[in-house]
Amino acid sequence: MLAIVRLFAIARERAGRAVIEVELADGANVGDLKAALACEVPSLALLLPTIRIAVNSDYADDNSPIPPGADLAAIPPVSGGCEPGIRR
Amino acid sequence: MIEITELPLDHAAITDSVRSNLAGAVCSFLGTVREMTGERRTAMLEYEAYPEMALKKMAELEAEARRRWPILEAALVHRVGTLSLGEISIVIAVSCPHRHQAIDACRWLIDTFKDVVPVWKKEVWADGTEEWVHPGMNPPGSGGDGLEPPL
Repeated sequence: MLAIVRLFAIARERAGRAVIEVELADGANVGDLKAALACEVPSLALLLPTIRIAVNSDYADDNSPIPPGADLAAIPPVSGGCEPGIRR
Repeated sequence: MIEITELPLDHAAITDSVRSNLAGAVCSFLGTVREMTGERRTAMLEYEAYPEMALKKMAELEAEARRRWPILEAALVHRVGTLSLGEISIVIAVSCPHRHQAIDACRWLIDTFKDVVPVWKKEVWADGTEEWVHPGMNPPGSGGDGLEPPL
């Protein structure tokens, strides 16, 4: 199945595009998607450990299945609100 | 009220929108663009959102806050785009019967917002450099995004 993934913030800038399309096996999960993204866009590989994947606007772990036609997005650590992110 | 907008935020109008005759307290929080971060001077900030998911997560935050506190009305509004120094990036306003409820709910909402709502900020420094702020990826004072491979 074709997975269409939206990219945001540093992920979008590193990849040089806002959307990536990757081909996944039917029944693929989020971990498979991350591996496919790293392969398709090597410049994202270093970021991927910190990126969460959203499936239909909810955060999903690596074992989560990807339904056909799902809305997918790569979510770097968020920093909305006001102060600089919590810099622990 | 749950909203992501490119327009300047009217914090007084947003605060007014949560007032109620049942409320004994209204608490508003404003996030504003700060000029100095340590020794570094900010020229402007750029905010980017994943709007569909951000709105969903903001609605979930409001629902969870309503489970925890007797909230009468709540408003969560975030601005995106380019913001100048001193401008308001976010307004959270909450009304409750009693003040400690409103203050606690407002604080929980802003603290949790910053962990889960997909909105990102890029610092445009006065020296012309730019830097995405991604907590956990930006070692303090690194001047970079902390993503270069270790030497």
